[in-house]
Amino acid sequence: MLEATMQKKLRDFTLNLSLHVEDGSILVLMGDNGAGKSTTLNIIAGLVAPDAGSIRFNGSVVFDSETGIDIPVEQRRIGYVLQRSAVFPHMTVEENIAFGLNARNHNAAFTKGEVCRWLDRMKIQELAGIKAAGLSGGQKQRVALARALATGPSLLMLDEPFSGLDSESRRSVREVVRECVADLKIPCIMVTHRIGDARATGDQVCHIRRGTITGTEGIAKVD
Amino acid sequence: MIPAPASSRSLRSILATAGAALLILGVTSYLVLPIIALFFRTTPELFLASLANPEVMSALTLSIVTSVISLLIVILVGTPFAYIHCRNTYPGKVIVDTVIDLPLVLPPAVAGMALLVLYGRAGLIGKYANLLGISIAFTTLAVIMAQIFVASPFYLRQAKSLFDQLDPAYELTARTLGASPARVFLKVVAPLTAGGLVSGAVMTFGRALGEFGATIMFAGNLPGVTQTMPLAVYVNLAGDFNAGLTISILLVLISFAIMIAVRYFAKTEVPHA
Repeated sequence: MLEATMQKKLRDFTLNLSLHVEDGSILVLMGDNGAGKSTTLNIIAGLVAPDAGSIRFNGSVVFDSETGIDIPVEQRRIGYVLQRSAVFPHMTVEENIAFGLNARNHNAAFTKGEVCRWLDRMKIQELAGIKAAGLSGGQKQRVALARALATGPSLLMLDEPFSGLDSESRRSVREVVRECVADLKIPCIMVTHRIGDARATGDQVCHIRRGTITGTEGIAKVD
Repeated sequence: MIPAPASSRSLRSILATAGAALLILGVTSYLVLPIIALFFRTTPELFLASLANPEVMSALTLSIVTSVISLLIVILVGTPFAYIHCRNTYPGKVIVDTVIDLPLVLPPAVAGMALLVLYGRAGLIGKYANLLGISIAFTTLAVIMAQIFVASPFYLRQAKSLFDQLDPAYELTARTLGASPARVFLKVVAPLTAGGLVSGAVMTFGRALGEFGATIMFAGNLPGVTQTMPLAVYVNLAGDFNAGLTISILLVLISFAIMIAVRYFAKTEVPHA
């Protein structure tokens, strides 16, 4: 479960919001460009420091302005797929998926096993040895997702994960996201502009405007 | 309006083509003829004989060794400097940007004078070093310092430009995956910018190898100690002309190899996420 409250003075407004996401559930953040959606994800990830607030998931506090807790980004155990999937182009698909496992010093046998498992899970086994620079948009998103999930994160965050994908890739990546979040029983926050993606993927939608939540509703109410 | 006849249009086209060809030929000739002239002034026998000249070999060795040391220092210090500079905002960043570029426009003789005033025996820092028994000016160390001063901007500018172009999404993703800042740099940033960094390093090496003005002012012209190849060319104008010519040809060949390397590595682009 994720519980986060945060305040952050931005250039044009103050980001001030609270989020609550249950394990196995997907919360969708929707709003105009510059509403503070990506900043919210960056704050939870530890890439941007909030002015005040607290962030807790999987029973651990990763940030608390009152007690001074601020766990560094690399220790927060968050799977974060940024807006541009940022698959490392100089590495093969296998190396991309293994990156986080190697960074966390898992042994070679475990890393190999996990890489195989996620290649299989994402149905990209045939791409294992291919340099990531040559992948299509949909393939890159699958690799990015596998890479983020292979480290066993306690929280998954996706920033516009379907942008630039054709309708077929969009549908299949949406399915993969839903399956993984349900199986791993971790909370997930997803930012999207498209109501169709929100409906098809999320359980709950938060509308954000100028840094504040203007409404939260179950997915069936979104139109 | 009556259109011009076809013959007139074709004459204009021929004249335009001829004018363009003349311009390209003229500019290229101006740049390449002096270099070709160097090769016509000597013979293979004279060239090889001069290569055996101890003074030529000494200048060649000193130039290569000092330029390699300068380059290594520039890479080891300049790479983290450029990365930290690009990834952070701090007071006076614009001034630092300007200072980095200053040696590019500063006359090398002025650079040499400035180094001498600072590190010379009576210089601001040099006088204290001298008290400790350390001489900087007119030593091989001074050659390296002069080379670093004039050549480092070539690498720093290139490194800054590459790090600015690199999409931060790669680094942010690597951090969220558990990588330390050092691992992010070594496994992600460095490989993605390697081609451009090598290109900048090659340019820096070339500039260090050709350094003359700052070296002669700050390091002097002591054979075997501070007499690099460009200095040996200058000295041999009035001495062993063939030795000067041989060193010049060697420098041309090295410069040509450097330009080929730069063109090759410059082709590698910084990827976007």
